[in-house]
Amino acid sequence: MDPTGYPDLDALLPRLAAIEGLTPDALEAERIAILGRKQGALTALLRTLPALAPEERKALGAAVNRVKQAFEAAFDHLTTGTGDRPEAAAGLDLTMPGRGRWIGADHPVTRVTTEICEIFASLGFAVAVGPEVEDEWMNFFALNFPENHPALDAHDTLFLSEGSSERADRAGGRLLLRTHTSPVQIRTMQSGPPPYRVVIPGMVYRNDPFDPSHAPAFAQIEGLAVDEGIGMVDLKATLTHFVRKFFGPKTAVRFRPSYFPFTEPSGELDIECQLCHGNGCPACKQTGWMEILGCGMVHPNVLTNAGVDAEKYSGWAFGMGPGRVAMNRYGLPDIRYLYSGDMRLLRQLGGTGR
Amino acid sequence: MNVSRRWLEAFLNRPLVARDLVPRLAMLGLPADAVEPVNAQLAPVVVGHVVELTPHPNADRLSVCQVDVGGGERRQVVTGAPNVALGAKYPFAALGVTLPNGLTLEKRKLRGEVSEGMLCSADELALGQDHDGLMTLTTDAPAGTPILEVLGLGDDRLVLDVSPMRGDLLGHKGIARELAASLKMPFRLPAVPGTDPAVGASIRRVERRAARMAGSSALPDGLEIAVETGSSCRRFTAAIIEGVAVGPSPDWLRQRLEAVGQRSINNLVDITNYVMFELGQPLHAFDGARIRGGRLAARLATAGERVTTLDGTERTLSASMTVVADGAGAVGVAGIMGGGDSEVSDGTTTIVLEAAYWDPGETRMTRRALGLASEASQRFERGVDLWGLPDVLRRAIELTLVVAGGRLVDAVDVWPVPSNPPRIFLRQARVRQIVGVDLSLAAIEQTMVAIGATVLSKPDDGRLAVDVPGWRRDLTTEIDLVEEVARIYGYDKLPDDLRPFRAGAQVRAPIDVAAARVRQGLAAEGLFEVVLLPIGPATSDQAVPVLNPLSADHGFLRERLIPGLIGQVEANWAAQVRDIRLFEVGTAFLAGPSRPAETTRVAAVVTGAGAPAHWSDSGKTADVDWWDLKGLFERTVSLANPGASVQVEGGELVARLPGGQVVGRASVLSADAPPWAGPVFGLEVELDPAAPAPVPFVPPPTVPSSSRDLALVVPWSVSAESVTTEMRKSGAGLLESVAVIDEYRGPGIAPGARSLAFRLVFRRREKTLKDNEVDSAVNRIRGALEKQLGVTLRS
Repeated sequence: MDPTGYPDLDALLPRLAAIEGLTPDALEAERIAILGRKQGALTALLRTLPALAPEERKALGAAVNRVKQAFEAAFDHLTTGTGDRPEAAAGLDLTMPGRGRWIGADHPVTRVTTEICEIFASLGFAVAVGPEVEDEWMNFFALNFPENHPALDAHDTLFLSEGSSERADRAGGRLLLRTHTSPVQIRTMQSGPPPYRVVIPGMVYRNDPFDPSHAPAFAQIEGLAVDEGIGMVDLKATLTHFVRKFFGPKTAVRFRPSYFPFTEPSGELDIECQLCHGNGCPACKQTGWMEILGCGMVHPNVLTNAGVDAEKYSGWAFGMGPGRVAMNRYGLPDIRYLYSGDMRLLRQLGGTGR
Repeated sequence: MNVSRRWLEAFLNRPLVARDLVPRLAMLGLPADAVEPVNAQLAPVVVGHVVELTPHPNADRLSVCQVDVGGGERRQVVTGAPNVALGAKYPFAALGVTLPNGLTLEKRKLRGEVSEGMLCSADELALGQDHDGLMTLTTDAPAGTPILEVLGLGDDRLVLDVSPMRGDLLGHKGIARELAASLKMPFRLPAVPGTDPAVGASIRRVERRAARMAGSSALPDGLEIAVETGSSCRRFTAAIIEGVAVGPSPDWLRQRLEAVGQRSINNLVDITNYVMFELGQPLHAFDGARIRGGRLAARLATAGERVTTLDGTERTLSASMTVVADGAGAVGVAGIMGGGDSEVSDGTTTIVLEAAYWDPGETRMTRRALGLASEASQRFERGVDLWGLPDVLRRAIELTLVVAGGRLVDAVDVWPVPSNPPRIFLRQARVRQIVGVDLSLAAIEQTMVAIGATVLSKPDDGRLAVDVPGWRRDLTTEIDLVEEVARIYGYDKLPDDLRPFRAGAQVRAPIDVAAARVRQGLAAEGLFEVVLLPIGPATSDQAVPVLNPLSADHGFLRERLIPGLIGQVEANWAAQVRDIRLFEVGTAFLAGPSRPAETTRVAAVVTGAGAPAHWSDSGKTADVDWWDLKGLFERTVSLANPGASVQVEGGELVARLPGGQVVGRASVLSADAPPWAGPVFGLEVELDPAAPAPVPFVPPPTVPSSSRDLALVVPWSVSAESVTTEMRKSGAGLLESVAVIDEYRGPGIAPGARSLAFRLVFRRREKTLKDNEVDSAVNRIRGALEKQLGVTLRS
């Protein structure tokens, strides 16, 4: 509280500040000493008012009352325990809006990717990354894609060169933008001996124009586990565990066969449709299931191409699109929202309010 | 692949329900994209039984019927059909039903008599051409039974998503085989009305490159079949049938094709389509009279050779493509589409049926080069059953004879280099290793038999010799068989309990750690992360081009992240959003000698209010300015590339490594801004994957500090940084920190200078400083400033 200009009053102000530190007994004693009807210091000052000139009486009276109110508020606050509010909000309308600061957020796809990496980290997987420009050998042939096979059609590729000076010696030297993060599997296996346990997030590219469910570049995440004695049962167990950690412990899971060049046996993992919870709706084509990831046992040719003994070691791999998961989670009807910098959308998805 | 439920039922000889079929097929690796009821518009039409029939009192040609429509209900129907008879059954459509021709039935009066529905003709139900009278139903089914049931027209079309590895599933037989394996029951080729199973067409095998077929009236000199290509045609079978009658297909054939979404054309073309959808092998029917020169050959096209395909388009071929040619020229593109010139037409009496094996890879290349995909190319690309060709041709011959009549003149099977399907050894131990489940050799053998393989068990060395069925081109190595074992065993039966594992030796990629640190830090600075396309328009003439871009807008790899962010700022402005704070962490690509150099970068843009509006600012929230940018830049550099220091260079800020390399820039940006927008600031910094060195521990001070404020007159030629540097240098180790706390320009200060106020904090760690020690340190600093920089105390 600011000084009043009256020495008698100002002398009391340090005691106002000291009230907070008093014990309950001392507090009551102090209340009587300041506000008491008989010997209270302020009561005594008020008693002097009638003797003063009208102008001075008015000024001193107002000052005494302000101090008195401050003491009363301080005593009330401490005795009724309305919270830790030593600066009583005298003169403030606390319904007025508070002062904020800008709050940001990471991207929904980043959030999903981070959660996935964290769950796999708890299962002994480390994050690995690799270049986005690869050659045909790394992107396709090392991964057991046959040349000129229809399986390549699903990977409409963006090429950067007709040939590469690095690998002019072998087929597959054309540079391209990787169509999946799988080349990092090869790079990981080439980097040292097994066991391998990595998750691989990254941007991948396809020659697909933007439409509600396709984009020319999008996020992917893969996982790879290779060691002696790893079988499909480990694949199913680990991915089921992951899905239940990520989507909830009671999520229904279905593991069914599929075909990919780089895994064999191959499979896909479905979870119960997150919209209809298994009853069937347009989003899940009435099946009640939602495809969440592709997976399989690493094809022996892939292990061999990466320099790993395919008789001794076996392993599994999976791949999924965090963008699609984010679209489901946030109810986005169009993948293009994931590429938007619209502040209104980002605030909403970030849940930050500002 | 469109699949008819009823067609599958014919193979398995048991009823199937789509609701159960779809998950079962999914568990076999055959997910359905859609299930569509066939003839759904006829579902409400039921059997109506005429129980009373009286002439219309006011019209000679009309009759009034009382129709039992089932469920104890009767309806009065007025009909003009001449063939209506008491006691007969006809299709009945109730009020409100919409017929296939679009007519919705309403209650109405015909010359004073109420008609509550309609008895229908075949034409009205789109079940035939006959519109002369009502469609009489010869059935024991009670009134009210849906006619789809009575006529056997109820069907479901399953749109299956067939893997590119499984060409054998592009025919109903292949899918029936899978279902039979899953249901553990037999299956067989459906009997076709009118076929005589005792008659088996005989086909001559010729193990040479050419064969001569017997003549007919249309081909008096016979027909030479020649395989003149090496790799693209491995087997070519053909049959000549004379005396056929081209006409509409019988109902069963038409309905089968319509159920899978094919249009009925004529009986001969329909047969080739039927066999393709049944067995997965495309066939072609030539009009024998239109084959020129008495020969059909599989040969390479000549460069520039032209052929008009069945779709009416003239195609120009290259020398790497294979054609089927007659004596005068190409009559079809091998494996893709036949030619219009030799097409079967109404006048055709002699046909030549052809079924061949075209190489998958070459078919794919031709299909891509011509941009011409077809049902046939889809199957040849995935590989048809080389060993099954005679059975396919035999099926087509039999169907032709039954449906179109005629006589088989000759049938040949030209197979220059015969071969057998591969034999693969499958080890029990390998199944245990890969699947993780211990299956007996007998159990493994059962799965192999279920997929159609011939198995020779070798229990002594724990393995099976498996002769792969010819239609399973995808099964070439042991691991392919392991997959079949797992698939037929059932993925759903595998346990899902976590087993112990060894953690990998790999460490988290340092750049991933750095990126996470930057993202977290900039989100805390109030910025939102965006993810933008790394391909866009060229940002310089050095940009790396994409050879086959989607469009000019996506023709190059980005060299910097900032241009994309500026685009997003402009998009926000277009939506009347003024306060914008965005960042991106992503890859930039710079042209390199052998391949583009990739760097991970962070870029940020900020514009508009520096903080959310608050009433205490009286509606005048300050916009972000250079000092916000500098603060953000310093923060970003400390997160992304902590080894670099922020320096002023020209009109912008740069982040520079000790070696001099610039790793970041920040400045005001130009953008296409509306008048109400604030200035835009941006920065971009390369990420250093190296983890920042931990700051060494220094105990917090235990003695108090003393501070002094100095107001100095600083010429514009002297930077604030040089003043603080000099202060530190001359502070004799007692100056703990110095900060600029104010700047003043204006009256009282000489032009060409400004007044800067600094707060200097002094401390000696060991012992409290005395006032006179601080004073003398300040004096030393003042002296040095004046001497070195000409900076004096403001008076």
